[in-house]
Amino acid sequence: MVRLDDNGDALIRVRDLDKTYRRGGQDVHVLRGLNLSVDEGEFVAFMGPSGSGKTTLLNLLGGLDLPTAGSITVAGDEITHLSGPKLAHWRARHVGFIFQMYNLLPVLTAFQNVELPLLLTRLSKAQRRRHVETALGLVGLKDRTDYYPRQLSGGQEQRVAIARAIVADPTFLLCDEPTGDLDRRSADEVLALLSGLASRYGKTVLMVTHDPRAAERAEVVLHLEKGALVEGTTSGPEGNGPTSKPAET
Amino acid sequence: MKFFALIWSNLRRKKVRTALTVGSFAVALFLYGLLAAIQTAFNQGVEVAGVDRLVVRNKVSLIMPLPVSYRERMLQIPGVKTVTYATWFGGYYQDPKNFFPQFAVEKETWLKMYPEFKVPRGEWEAFLQDREGCVVGRKTAERFGWKIGDRVPLVASIFGGVWEFNIRGIYDGTRSEDDTTQFWFRSDYLEERRTWGKGMVGWYVVQVADPNEAASVAEAIDSRFANSPWETSAESEKAFAAGFVKQVGNIQLLILVIGGVVFFTLLLVTGNAMAMAVRERTAELAVLKTIGFTDASVLWLVLGESMACALQGGVLGLAAAKLFTLRGDPTGGFLPVFYLSPAKMALGLALTLAVGVASGIIPALLAMRLKIVEALRRV
Repeated sequence: MVRLDDNGDALIRVRDLDKTYRRGGQDVHVLRGLNLSVDEGEFVAFMGPSGSGKTTLLNLLGGLDLPTAGSITVAGDEITHLSGPKLAHWRARHVGFIFQMYNLLPVLTAFQNVELPLLLTRLSKAQRRRHVETALGLVGLKDRTDYYPRQLSGGQEQRVAIARAIVADPTFLLCDEPTGDLDRRSADEVLALLSGLASRYGKTVLMVTHDPRAAERAEVVLHLEKGALVEGTTSGPEGNGPTSKPAET
Repeated sequence: MKFFALIWSNLRRKKVRTALTVGSFAVALFLYGLLAAIQTAFNQGVEVAGVDRLVVRNKVSLIMPLPVSYRERMLQIPGVKTVTYATWFGGYYQDPKNFFPQFAVEKETWLKMYPEFKVPRGEWEAFLQDREGCVVGRKTAERFGWKIGDRVPLVASIFGGVWEFNIRGIYDGTRSEDDTTQFWFRSDYLEERRTWGKGMVGWYVVQVADPNEAASVAEAIDSRFANSPWETSAESEKAFAAGFVKQVGNIQLLILVIGGVVFFTLLLVTGNAMAMAVRERTAELAVLKTIGFTDASVLWLVLGESMACALQGGVLGLAAAKLFTLRGDPTGGFLPVFYLSPAKMALGLALTLAVGVASGIIPALLAMRLKIVEALRRV
């Protein structure tokens, strides 16, 4: 269960997280004393107005950026003190990223795009091939392995991106507006995939979205405002949501 | 190796730009290959010079002769093992443009002095038996389609008239850099036919017993003939050949300057191409880093691209230069040993890779230092 207070057994534990940027000679506090615990296999959506800190939180959880203060622990690993190369290795091992604009490499085929994270492993070529085929099969694109991104629809591109995110079997998935650039039908397909990954395969999914219909697919919806998780945080359709208390420190 | 597909795909992204960059390398390396072959041609005499051989010429100038009687006197100097001599003939075959070096040589000692040249025994014997005989280098024989037994006329621009010679032998070099364009004939034939300069020779070649004593033997030779009407200047064959090259000009410097300018221009061109290539896909590099590629691996990916461009172009250019030089001297005789050695090709390849690294290093460092969050915002 997602909790805004501390849960020692949670897969992801965020404690007193602060992020401050300096812009134009002034400090901009993007996140303030944020606390969060997410258990394994949960599908969590973060909502909030622009500038509320959703993407910053996602970046910090994914080890793309470092917090000004506070700590993030994933599966027992404290990541906020990891150096650049170690953080890169950690990302490769634990995080699958899904972006709004898919961010596939246009010069690579669907197969090669999905294979990218596996190039960082010690898997043999044959093993990599098996993993890629499995991942593409899971997103229903086994017959599109040799297609380039420009030959795929937006929904198919995002499914390839999902295959790339899950191919190395990461600990959790981070999705930044994964349906933001898709039509309703494709968006529904993508959301069904993500929700299936959480419910069927026990994959932990953290998703930032502006779209209430997308958020409805999540088990838990958390609202961010001015850098803090606020009162009014709601549970998803299955009703097993979090406490609606503000962050406790 | 598993990243090769990624590097190759990136190179194919802008095919025209990649082709032009590879082409720049190919042209530059082709030019390098030709310059290296020209340098080899000019330095050939220096490189193949025997360490135990001295060249003794007239102190005033190489074109001034020395008395033939000096041979016996030189043989009396301690440390001198053998002495031979030759005279520049300066003729041509059919057309003045058909240049190749012709020497009137002392028949008994010439070949012993130059063991690097090989003539079949029977052919040499035939040469010794025929006053009008001559021995021709393989390249010159092939150039004019000459074969043993042919009688060839040369127009003597120095001594006048048309001189006819019987081809009695064809010599080969034992090394690829040996000059096989020369034409040797007997000095007694020259002596018999010429109307002036009798009793004189062009220069002497002296073999010393101990190469370590070469300097003192050269000094002794010059001392022996000091204050005579024909003073000598003795020097090692290497120094003589180097001096000969210097008469043409500072070829080494010229080649270095041209080569340097070419490679510097190449550096700017490819550096610019690589910088554009990296700038255009900032977001993609950020995605790679997001996925887990380290800063170092991103650096190597970009460097790999510039080195792959360099390597393709370099191999193409060097191969073209090698093919060109395989056709032999393009000047019709002025560059008798015109070839691209494996060592020079290896150096060219090393230079190519160095330029590949240098042109890719700044874009690669920029890619390495790319901040993921900032780069992803640009998507």
